[in-house]
Amino acid sequence: MTRQAVLGNRVLCGALGVAGLLLVMEAAGRAELVDPTVLPLTSTILTRVAELAVDEEFLVNVGATMTAWGLGLLLTVAVTVPLGLLLGSLPRLETAVRPLIEFLRPIPSVALIPLAILIFPDRLDLKIAVIFYASCWPVLINTMYGLQDVDPVAKETLRSFGFGPLAVLWRVSLPSTAPFIATGVRLAGGIALILAISAELLAGGSDGIGAYVIKAGSSPDGLEFIIAATMWAGILGVVTNSLFIGAERRLFRWHTARAGVTG
Amino acid sequence: MLEISNLTHTYGSGPSAHNALGGIDLNVSEGELVCIVGPSGCGKSTLLRSIAGLLRPTGGQVVLNGAPVAQTPDDLAVVFQDYSRSLFPWMSVADNISLPLRRKGEGRKQRARSAMEALEQVGLAGAADKYPWELSGGMQQRVSIARALAYRPALMLMDEPFGSVDAQTREDLEDLTLRVRGHHNMTILLITHDIDESVYVGDRVVVLSKAPARIVGDLRVDLPGPRDQINTREHPDFVRLRAEVGRLVRGMRTSPASAS
Repeated sequence: MTRQAVLGNRVLCGALGVAGLLLVMEAAGRAELVDPTVLPLTSTILTRVAELAVDEEFLVNVGATMTAWGLGLLLTVAVTVPLGLLLGSLPRLETAVRPLIEFLRPIPSVALIPLAILIFPDRLDLKIAVIFYASCWPVLINTMYGLQDVDPVAKETLRSFGFGPLAVLWRVSLPSTAPFIATGVRLAGGIALILAISAELLAGGSDGIGAYVIKAGSSPDGLEFIIAATMWAGILGVVTNSLFIGAERRLFRWHTARAGVTG
Repeated sequence: MLEISNLTHTYGSGPSAHNALGGIDLNVSEGELVCIVGPSGCGKSTLLRSIAGLLRPTGGQVVLNGAPVAQTPDDLAVVFQDYSRSLFPWMSVADNISLPLRRKGEGRKQRARSAMEALEQVGLAGAADKYPWELSGGMQQRVSIARALAYRPALMLMDEPFGSVDAQTREDLEDLTLRVRGHHNMTILLITHDIDESVYVGDRVVVLSKAPARIVGDLRVDLPGPRDQINTREHPDFVRLRAEVGRLVRGMRTSPASAS
């Protein structure tokens, strides 16, 4: 493979960048430029990352975080998509609710976790609640904007065949908005992971990646495990995001293909 | 089958109001193919949308098969100019055609059969499983026409149906329209700004004035059939009618020699 081909391939080029950084960090550690009690050697961290992958206790914690993530995201979609469709179809209602949305949306969700701890005695409920609050915005906004983007000619076509407003919403507006909703759900997925782990860190509790990190902090070689667990959180984020992107490409080929044709 | 009486429509109100239709009276009998031609922006589409029940006109009445049009009538189908926006990109060609048939309460198998039949009529039997955006513009408009045909409407409205395709495809689609019209004894109302097209396709050409639109001419087209793109277009009657429609569209008086 020529040099140009390597640099031209995005995946390969990215992998080279990551490997380069890891090598530099390892070299800095070995040359004692960095104190290993502040930042352990890269090779040590990578070993811990690999160990965690088969560590049953850690995997149970990953399962707990991802359960909250999945349930939270499911609740978000189940509530927010219909709400977005409703607000997008009724402009007057949207105008009435808009100030409320604009007030609630900028509140940093993490700041609501202490309040949520008081309201929800159950840890899973708490996590789902804060995930819902934080991740509903991209889904809601994308659903509403997607609905405004529905082609009036497409709607009129179905109307001209005698279909009523509900049928037009179900058969034209919803499918045509679906790619936008999917993008909202993908963004919400990233936010949901942040909130799940933040809630675990702040609210304590017995399970989840966040709970694992807090516990690791009190053990002698905890730093290595904290960094390794954090890297796993990052890996989970990347993997779920790519799964969403893959699903979008498959399901909404018509959307990208068509956008490519029209410019 | 279609009676339009004193139809008027005004968009907006006050000084910015636009008066699109200035009192249209028109009767169309069953099985007729009537072309409505007029200058750009004269209100042709407003007329079509009023007939389709997509727009509530300010005044006057549209009666289809004895029933006043308030909402979209049941046995009516529209072929829009913009096929790429009118076809649903997330559905295959066959699904696009069979979707409206749900309104007729047809079962799944029956819908699929009707869709295949309609596709055969427009010469696209092989494209059933393709997506609209995989087809050329002309083929997409054939799918729109197939969708209207499968619905078996009593009245088919066509809004500048061949306005977005190249000249060769346009001629093919004109001939396709002439070929399929006989199948179901459909009445067709075709709106166009193309004078030649209106004479070539129509049994009758209705000419609208510029906005507010009024009918300034209603000519019967008695050309020998079957029509074809070369011979019909050089027929003396075609040439005479084309000139007459052209004068009417441009707001000139008809020459005494051609007045009937």
